[in-house]
Amino acid sequence: MDENTIICRCSDVTLKQVRDLINDGYVTYDEIKRITRIGMGPCQGKTCGQLVMREIANATGQNIKDVKFQTTRPPAVGVKLGLIAEEGRRNEE
Amino acid sequence: MKNSAEVVIIGGGISGCSTAYNLAKKGVKNIVVLEKNYICSGSTGRCGAGVRMQWGTEMNCKIAKKSIEFYEHANEILEYDRDVEFKQSGYLLIADNEKEIEQFKKNIVVQHECGIPSSLLTPEEAKKIVPYLNTDMLKGAAYCSKDGFLNPFKTTDAFYRAAKRLGVKFNTFTEVTGIIKEKGRVTGVETNKGVIHTNIVVNATNAYSKSICDMIGLGIPVYSERHQILVTEPVEPMQEPMVMSFGLNLYVQQSPEGSFIMGRGDNSEPRDLRITSSWHFAEEMAKTIDAVLPPISKLRVVRQWAGLYNMTPDKQPIYDKAENVEGFYLAVGFSGHGFMFGPITGVAMSEMILGEKPTVDVSMLNLDRFRTGNLILEPSVV
Repeated sequence: MDENTIICRCSDVTLKQVRDLINDGYVTYDEIKRITRIGMGPCQGKTCGQLVMREIANATGQNIKDVKFQTTRPPAVGVKLGLIAEEGRRNEE
Repeated sequence: MKNSAEVVIIGGGISGCSTAYNLAKKGVKNIVVLEKNYICSGSTGRCGAGVRMQWGTEMNCKIAKKSIEFYEHANEILEYDRDVEFKQSGYLLIADNEKEIEQFKKNIVVQHECGIPSSLLTPEEAKKIVPYLNTDMLKGAAYCSKDGFLNPFKTTDAFYRAAKRLGVKFNTFTEVTGIIKEKGRVTGVETNKGVIHTNIVVNATNAYSKSICDMIGLGIPVYSERHQILVTEPVEPMQEPMVMSFGLNLYVQQSPEGSFIMGRGDNSEPRDLRITSSWHFAEEMAKTIDAVLPPISKLRVVRQWAGLYNMTPDKQPIYDKAENVEGFYLAVGFSGHGFMFGPITGVAMSEMILGEKPTVDVSMLNLDRFRTGNLILEPSVV
């Protein structure tokens, strides 16, 4: 595969960047995330997560099921702050 | 893993990495850093990333100013081939009550004595800096254009890589399980991967500092408190400074990627080291933003997370060595500003360990102050 392929569409991270980091010793999803911002964008790793974990698994000889993904945090999908505020105020009434 | 070291630093956040770098730069050989997870996995990697000089105590002002002066040249000094992304786009502290304005005035006197270019603004002046700020409830603001923010992951990475080049050994996923002491001095550290013999141990574990101190029977008056942050989808640049308010319990900043990052404190949080997320936080945060910075409430939240503040009674850190256990040093209790103090933490700890003349006199930040009651309370913490 072309190493310039973008595998994180939220933060424009290429396959090459991920492979270089793995070669440099950043071998967990969270470490790669902290340097590249992979998984921090609107998709929260739903697009790139599996691809990055596969790269880690291939490079380290682990089974992909043993590679740890980032912590899943709320909200499940993007929610407007204004809506959360509105619901919050309604709950106060 | 090495089985002996001249210095063992526990904690791979900004404080530990900065201390390791400074010691190595001064020629200390055989330094080992132990991190129970990966580098920058704890409080540093969860922080709000802002750095400000606008503090209320002379000590915090001095340390913050020196740290920011370091951050201005961090890429060059640490020979970092990535970028720590330091942006000095200011901090706008807004106040909704007169009491806070009075506090700002007092703080600004202290800040000016330390050479910090802060000033008091009217609500109208504040609105010129952030045009969509709702000034209806505001009494005034304080502003310093030299404050700013930088990337905590890359900043820690920069210290980590510089330290590594100088020969420091980093053992990640290595958890400290005990500290060995003989005849009143430290002689080793036990980990889940074996024992390292050493005469000098630095506790740079912030949130977990109490449990490390307990291992040598040293009681310290700190506790860890959960603080939460949320981040929105990215949008075009629209806000320059960090907007912060102690009274409204808020800090909010647009990151270089365009997303807004915002957090608040809650002193009714349970003190149990949990870093889970709560809906209560999201709701309170959203209501505050909706009232103070209305256009931002149109943005979608994509994630919220949590980290731990390690609080001391006066909200200033502890830089000291244990009185009864020789060779045990502490750089803990940062009360939510360990990242901003990072560069000076490393300088101060290395000078203390090597017995050098201090660049910044941090002797006031000793452990004894809690016994003697010699506290100077920092009034400006969110």
